[in-house]
Amino acid sequence: MDKEIKHFTVSIYTENNIGLLNRISAIFQRRHINIESLNTSRSEIDGVSRFTLVVNIAEDQMKKIIGQLERQVEVIKAYYHTDEETIYQISAIFKIKSDLLFEERQIQNIIKESNARIVTVNREFFVLEKSGRKEEIDLLHRELSVFGIMQFTRSGRIAVTKDEMKISTMLEAFQH
Amino acid sequence: MKETQTIQNQVKSLQTTERISGSEAIIKCLLAEGVDILYGYPGGAIMPVYDELYKYQDKIHHVLTRHEQGATHAAQGYARISGKVGVAIATSGPGATNLITGIADAQIDSTPMVCITGQVASHLLGSDAFQETDIVGISTPVTKWNHQITKASEIPEVLAKAFYIAKSGRPGPVLIDITKDAQFEEFDFKYEKCHGVRSYKPVPPTDENSLKAAAELINNAKKPLIVWGQGVILGEAEEEFKAVVEKAGIPSAWTILGVSAIPTSHTLNVGMVGMHGNYAPNVLTNECDVLIAIGMRFDDRVTGNLETYAKQAKIIHFEIDPAEVDKNVKTDIAVLGNAKTSLKALLPLLNPNSHNEWHQKFKDLYSIEYEKVIKNDLHPTKEGLTMGEVLKEINKQTQGDAAIVTDVGQHQMIACRYAEFNKTKSNITSGGLGTMGFGLPAAIGAKMAAPEREVISICGDGGYQMTIQELGTIFQQKAAVKIVVLNNDFLGMVRQWQQLFFDKRYASTEMTNPDFVAIAKGYYLNAKRVTKREELAAAVEEMIASKEPYFLEVCVEKEDNVFPMIPSGATVSDIRLE
Repeated sequence: MDKEIKHFTVSIYTENNIGLLNRISAIFQRRHINIESLNTSRSEIDGVSRFTLVVNIAEDQMKKIIGQLERQVEVIKAYYHTDEETIYQISAIFKIKSDLLFEERQIQNIIKESNARIVTVNREFFVLEKSGRKEEIDLLHRELSVFGIMQFTRSGRIAVTKDEMKISTMLEAFQH
Repeated sequence: MKETQTIQNQVKSLQTTERISGSEAIIKCLLAEGVDILYGYPGGAIMPVYDELYKYQDKIHHVLTRHEQGATHAAQGYARISGKVGVAIATSGPGATNLITGIADAQIDSTPMVCITGQVASHLLGSDAFQETDIVGISTPVTKWNHQITKASEIPEVLAKAFYIAKSGRPGPVLIDITKDAQFEEFDFKYEKCHGVRSYKPVPPTDENSLKAAAELINNAKKPLIVWGQGVILGEAEEEFKAVVEKAGIPSAWTILGVSAIPTSHTLNVGMVGMHGNYAPNVLTNECDVLIAIGMRFDDRVTGNLETYAKQAKIIHFEIDPAEVDKNVKTDIAVLGNAKTSLKALLPLLNPNSHNEWHQKFKDLYSIEYEKVIKNDLHPTKEGLTMGEVLKEINKQTQGDAAIVTDVGQHQMIACRYAEFNKTKSNITSGGLGTMGFGLPAAIGAKMAAPEREVISICGDGGYQMTIQELGTIFQQKAAVKIVVLNNDFLGMVRQWQQLFFDKRYASTEMTNPDFVAIAKGYYLNAKRVTKREELAAAVEEMIASKEPYFLEVCVEKEDNVFPMIPSGATVSDIRLE
């Protein structure tokens, strides 16, 4: 049961220090695990960073990695969650030739139906932003690639959990 | 006049800061942490620190090793025998990369060590400057913590943190990389010891319920077995551990890093577990009903095949590092925390017991091992000398009071199987990483940390030659290390595997060796070679009697094997006696 490969979102609360990304990624690398996506940002707590990673591994291995992540001096706490336990999003931007927006009626329909947002338009190109699940973004990419995409990039997953993560309480406990 | 002076002194002591260079600050930090000895090698990017070491040479002793790897192993030997933090220092680039083996060794064997490396000036970082290497990047996977300093003002806080992290909780190596400009820069120095880091909890709290559950399981056990590791020694829990073992009357076996926590002669000590461990504890691992692991991490050399390891037993794991729980062996009860605290709390919960019948099984199996293996190792009837009889002679003449520092290979297994220890922190060996070349420099550090103790380095002819240049350090420091090389003209352990698993294809394991005695004499050391049994006792006697460093080469049987043996990946109870 524990050996079945699953999709996990890993949330790591850390100090904001140089080199920590290297230290965290090394823990996955030494077990020959690919990091599918990675995002780092500030968290809800001042001075505390949050890493959000997505990996495909078995749960027993996931648990061991969480232990090894938490062992790192500058890691405050690490969690792992399934998709069902989180609200998650990714974001993508597309750069497309402006001509197409006016010449290809279909593009306008695609934009409307996908709930994508036009960020900017100029004579040469327009930029489209789409946030949502990976499948929605993949679909939009497929639809637009028929017409030609000048540039495309997609962010790592960001996720919040349905359950509370008691980082503030934990930090207070550390301080005593 | 006198009064004015006193007041002036008081004012001086109240001044909390003084303006000094970064490099002087490094020395002051080391002194504040109680460091009186450090091992290293100078070079361009660390020269300002060496300049200060010159000025402070009456307060802090720098030992020039002959290679930076030797500095790390010496620092490890120092740490392992003293329980204090070992310190190694090197320059940037190759100086820093040469530390890596020792750092990796300290990481896997939980040895407290602080390494300080010089780095090119901060404006040159990333420019492929002369002797620039990204040592923070390189050392990340093998350090407990590391950090680069580019401003002198960071030095006190970062070094205080380095020592705190290296020593607290599960100890480990910390590397601090300091740019040359930060070493030169002047700033207002003030030192405060570190007592905590907000993101780091060194010792997890011990849960009372898990302790109670563990005690209940132990009290109800019919065939309990304790396997203890270095956690008992690192946690300074020897007394508490002995009290638990004796009260509950449980046969207790050790991992290679755990030995010497209680005397090897203790009646409840049933020997070593693992690949070349003793027959009884390995076989009975798969027969016990409760396995109590204390401060050990179920290394694969201990467990063999995990699928068939102690499946019949309930597992209790006393452990300081939560990441070790359930990592290799699924536990029924985990008792987190420092071994000293948890064993002390466990003691009153235990019922006195003796488990006589269960003990008899260990004795019976020991007799089998004695007949098949030990007798031949210690009392050989063949012509060639065995490694075991050398150990027996050393035991006899040191009465088990020596600290034994070993390298890696056959001699290590023989030494750990047969060496007798009365005192804790007496067995210094590279367990987890299996670093050949560890033994000689580690013995230097051990001897310098405990000059009153007899420190004997036991090496094979292979590993000895990996760090043989440290004879220079021994000579220069007059470190009275006793060096025994058990020479079989082979990389013996690899040759043994080739014999057993590769149809005797001895690929690159035979060594054409130099005249080791001549080499030792080249370093002006007293040296002797023994080739015959009748010469052994006198030579060991002469070595032990010497107040100076002494080199003894013992030419042993070329193709002896170490048994018992659990072949790699086999079941512990399938341990082979021949």
